[in-house]
Amino acid sequence: MLGFAMRRLVQAMIVMLVVALLAFTLFRFVGDPVNQMVGVETSLEQREALRESLGLNDPVPVQFWRFISNAAQFDFGTSYQFRQPVSDLFAKRIPATLELSFVSALFALIVGIPMGVYAGLNRESAVSKLFLSVSLVGISLPTFLIGILLIFVFSVNLQWLPSFGRGETVQIGGWWTTGFLTVSGLKALILPSITLGLYQMTLIMRLIRAEMLEVIRTDYIKFARARGLPDRLVHFRHALKNTLIPVITITGLQLGAIIAFATITETVFQWPGMGLMFLQAVQNVDIPIMSAYLLLTAFLFVSINFIVDILYFLIDPRLRVERA
Amino acid sequence: MSVLDIRDLKVEFPGRKSTFVAVQGVHLEVEAGKILGVVGESGAGKSTVGNAVIGLLQEPGRIAQGEIRLHDDRIDTLPEKQKRHIRGRKIGMIFQDPLTSLDPLQTVESQLVETIRTHLPLSSSQARARAIELIDAVGIPNPSERISQYPHQFSGGMRQRVVIALALCAEPELVIADEPTTALDVSIQAQILELMKRLCADRNVAMMVITHDMGVIADITDHVAVMYHGKLVEYGETHQVLGAPQHRYTQSLISAVPRPDVRVERFPVVDYIEKAGKPAKQIDIATHWLGQTRDYTKTDGPLVEIEDLTMRFEVKGSLIPSRRKHFDAVKAVSFDIKEGETFGVVGESGSGKSTIARIITGLYHPTAGTIRFAGTDLTSLTNRRQILAMRRQMQMIFQDPYSSLNARMRVRDIIAEPIKFHRLASSNSEVRQIVEDLLDHVGLGAAAGKKFPHEFSGGQRQRISIARALATRPRFLLCDEPTSALDVSIQAQILNLLKDLQDELGLTMMFISHDLAVIRQMCNRIAVMKNGELCEVADCDTLFESPQHDYTRHLLKLMPSMELLSRANIETA
Amino acid sequence: MSDVSEKQTESVIATDRDTGAPDTMSAFGRFMDSDILHSFLRSKVAVIAAIGTFMFFILAFTAPWIAPHDPFDLASISILDARVPPIWMDYADPRFLLGTDDQGRDLLSGIFYGMRISLIVGFCSVIAAAIIGISLGLVAGYMGGRVDAVIMRIADVQLTFPAILIALLIDGAARGIFGSLDREVFSFWILIFALALSFWVQYARTVRGSTMVEKNKEYVQAARVIGIPSIIIMVRHILPNVTGPVLVIATINLALAIVTEATLSFLGVGMPPTQPSLGTLIAIGNDFLYSGEWWIAIFPGLALALLVLNVNLLGDWLRDALNPKLR
Repeated sequence: MLGFAMRRLVQAMIVMLVVALLAFTLFRFVGDPVNQMVGVETSLEQREALRESLGLNDPVPVQFWRFISNAAQFDFGTSYQFRQPVSDLFAKRIPATLELSFVSALFALIVGIPMGVYAGLNRESAVSKLFLSVSLVGISLPTFLIGILLIFVFSVNLQWLPSFGRGETVQIGGWWTTGFLTVSGLKALILPSITLGLYQMTLIMRLIRAEMLEVIRTDYIKFARARGLPDRLVHFRHALKNTLIPVITITGLQLGAIIAFATITETVFQWPGMGLMFLQAVQNVDIPIMSAYLLLTAFLFVSINFIVDILYFLIDPRLRVERA
Repeated sequence: MSVLDIRDLKVEFPGRKSTFVAVQGVHLEVEAGKILGVVGESGAGKSTVGNAVIGLLQEPGRIAQGEIRLHDDRIDTLPEKQKRHIRGRKIGMIFQDPLTSLDPLQTVESQLVETIRTHLPLSSSQARARAIELIDAVGIPNPSERISQYPHQFSGGMRQRVVIALALCAEPELVIADEPTTALDVSIQAQILELMKRLCADRNVAMMVITHDMGVIADITDHVAVMYHGKLVEYGETHQVLGAPQHRYTQSLISAVPRPDVRVERFPVVDYIEKAGKPAKQIDIATHWLGQTRDYTKTDGPLVEIEDLTMRFEVKGSLIPSRRKHFDAVKAVSFDIKEGETFGVVGESGSGKSTIARIITGLYHPTAGTIRFAGTDLTSLTNRRQILAMRRQMQMIFQDPYSSLNARMRVRDIIAEPIKFHRLASSNSEVRQIVEDLLDHVGLGAAAGKKFPHEFSGGQRQRISIARALATRPRFLLCDEPTSALDVSIQAQILNLLKDLQDELGLTMMFISHDLAVIRQMCNRIAVMKNGELCEVADCDTLFESPQHDYTRHLLKLMPSMELLSRANIETA
Repeated sequence: MSDVSEKQTESVIATDRDTGAPDTMSAFGRFMDSDILHSFLRSKVAVIAAIGTFMFFILAFTAPWIAPHDPFDLASISILDARVPPIWMDYADPRFLLGTDDQGRDLLSGIFYGMRISLIVGFCSVIAAAIIGISLGLVAGYMGGRVDAVIMRIADVQLTFPAILIALLIDGAARGIFGSLDREVFSFWILIFALALSFWVQYARTVRGSTMVEKNKEYVQAARVIGIPSIIIMVRHILPNVTGPVLVIATINLALAIVTEATLSFLGVGMPPTQPSLGTLIAIGNDFLYSGEWWIAIFPGLALALLVLNVNLLGDWLRDALNPKLR
């Protein structure tokens, strides 16, 4: 177990290193950092002095090392647009994104898994076919369009729910703000989290259905039936458990994807999270924010993958023994 | 009184266009403590009978006619809920592949206990005790320890024992075994058959064994039912059916089974199932393209000399050399193959016999050792042109007729490819002529070239493979289990074809098989292999009459005797 | 653990297909479950989807001839016609069936032209991604070893990021590099580049997987025994045998590429408002959603949803028809 976890950890670190190299390349070589930081009237000497003080004349490996060690201490440089440290900007916006992603993921899992199991076990029933048709529509509607339609119906026409922002938030601890504790905060969460979770929900549902259908066809399920085991045991003890491995992998990836897709939802609902900030950075070529966002999301994804791998390990005895 | 009584069974599968009748007019009975064998080639409907009895016909199959009685109670008309109480409780089922029959994520114990408790009113500790007892009864050592392990920790043969234990959980009156040993090696197969026979007698269970293997039938069954295209063609006591078959199909089926005891020149012609086309025109090898340019260097010594051949695969890679794990598929093997002979290699799976063939043809590069072909050391060749010249002289026929032909190419393109690649013909029209002659010569007819491989049966595809191998005008032909995927009657035809071709073209052959009887019919000299090592090399008759190595003796002992099988018709054929 | 007899049993099953006899449950089951019956049951949907997709293609590619107006012809556009509602509402103008946008451009014509741009971007990026992915997948799968390890590690790292994020990053980086250049010329190429680089992984992984299965099949070994060089084996023997899954991915990716392009354009980093794709049109309309001029966003949105739905339906059917086991 420990050896397995260590190996995964090393792999995760290599991935992070590659991403860091990308982020560094972006940071250092896309556009000239000095040009972005100074005005037009700055003299050549002043520019050169700034260049020297930023360490831009050092050998590239030295600069890369400095970039990594700074990043490890949450120092991602200064935003070109806001003239503020990038880490402060992110700290202010992370709670909004994480709360939104958490609620969406919960929605996707709680609704998607039972629907998928049902559709896999009763593939011919009318309800399953309805689920399947709805899911296809869900996949075909782009996230932003779903957001717009929801706003159009529930905010503009019915005026039930707010169309933008987080509502009232409450400060917890030093820097975390939450929308969970106020009515307006919770109301503001509904539309964005449905928008964000719908696509993942359909994906999870379709995946579980496909896996169930596959497992139901295997010899050991046939053999379990031939032994006269009741459907309850066959379906839930044997079939469902065997579908879990691929499902956990994809679900893990999808949870990571939610954080990235939050960019779109946050734009539609003007949700003050880091996705919205990232998008503004892309539009304004604010490289420090872009590279910090890249590193941050990569870190989240790699952590999720690491947890998924460990879960894998706990479910599948074949892995356990091989590593022991 | 019989435990199982099947009367006039008809099973059909309604399709969109027409209804397919899989089984028709089948009468069978099984008595307690007796074993009934149901034998037939693929498509005979034998598994469908088993599935119909246990009530697990694949959708949309249904029993259209007839009745199935278990102890005089009709079970085919029961509602699904009551059928489930019969499955496992009264009828146990054993499937073909032990590797996929067990849930990989549950321990053996939990699978046994849940089955026992589904059917018997036992507490969990009582159920566990019974599970251990069963595991012990099917001959797994250390039952109380091994029971808490997962399926992947058992070998194939042990897993099949677990499957048998699961089938016996609730003391069923009838056990249906669908090809229970097909996926196993010969020595394991013998043990499992022995176990089944013993359990059947000890527990007074009625058993129905479905198989394609005449050896299994001869070994363990009391009665046998022969099926062909969904119909029962012959049914009776085993020694009677095998000893004096009445129906023509049974006769031809039995005559096609290779004899382990005596070598015959040719297999009796079996044309009941699939007729092989006679070549439309006789080819005069002396003047035909196939016989031309024997430009190969003459050798005085053996054609193939293999010395200290070793093949090591890396099983687990690691940066640290000491932590790498290796598997030696072939360990320092040496032998010679003389020009014009058929050299047999026999062994169980994992013996390295196929690996050797792949090394000789250049698919694998050996870790150590040398291969000399007609005096040239193949392992030291680096010039691509020289390598190609050597490759052209040796061709291979593979085991699986379904994957050995590219499904996206027409048959004529498949056969023409080597001719064109090695520039063995001067014009496209000549290539076309050669391809047509080859197809005709292997018994398919020239018109077959227009079709795609999927339009042919397994035996016909193997003929296409042979034609492709001949298309480089090889001198040396390697056959890697060329018939083990085929039905026995088709096998006889293909083996005859190979013999004929060898006589005509003077080919040297290396013939790899796990089936000693086939080896005996085909080969002049035989090498026996085990776990990558060569046990012994001997002349065919010497090996069978006076084997030197223990393992050879062991293998020979495991051969089904087939004494019961009538050979009367062989002389008349 | 006998590989020989495993194969043997496989072929026993396979021979049933020739005679059409269900000797083994699984053979018949596979047949009933997959290809023919399934596609038959769904064929009505598939036919409608195919016709729908085809119609969208026709509308999009004949836009210059059939559209009632030319939204790029500045001379015919009048700001006075801005935000005219659709024909069935009050204050409508009979010239504009679905109304006009904020600059007075006919919405119906805008949708035809927008669809054209969406489809062109979609097709180009799918083809580019397929070419990159198929070649790398073939090489990785056939060669194995280090080559495979390097290609697949890159793919793995990239796969942890959703395509939209990669497209956004590439777009952002490209803006940094080509910042001074003309956006109108470059947006199109940057988009295709970004989409192709985001989608190649799927092809590569699928093709690699199938290639690894195919290369161990005996027909490939037979070709090697004949002496045929690797590159010819890959192109002539393996490639035709892995096209089924690729076709399915390409269809589904076309839908995904259209959606991603629309999303990028909606976010303001895709096609510029002077060359509006459907996403750009929706982005424009989004600003007027609250002031009651809903049609500017909703009609292009519906067109986009229908187009993607049709392509997806087609892909779904194709997947079932070609290979029930493919995901």
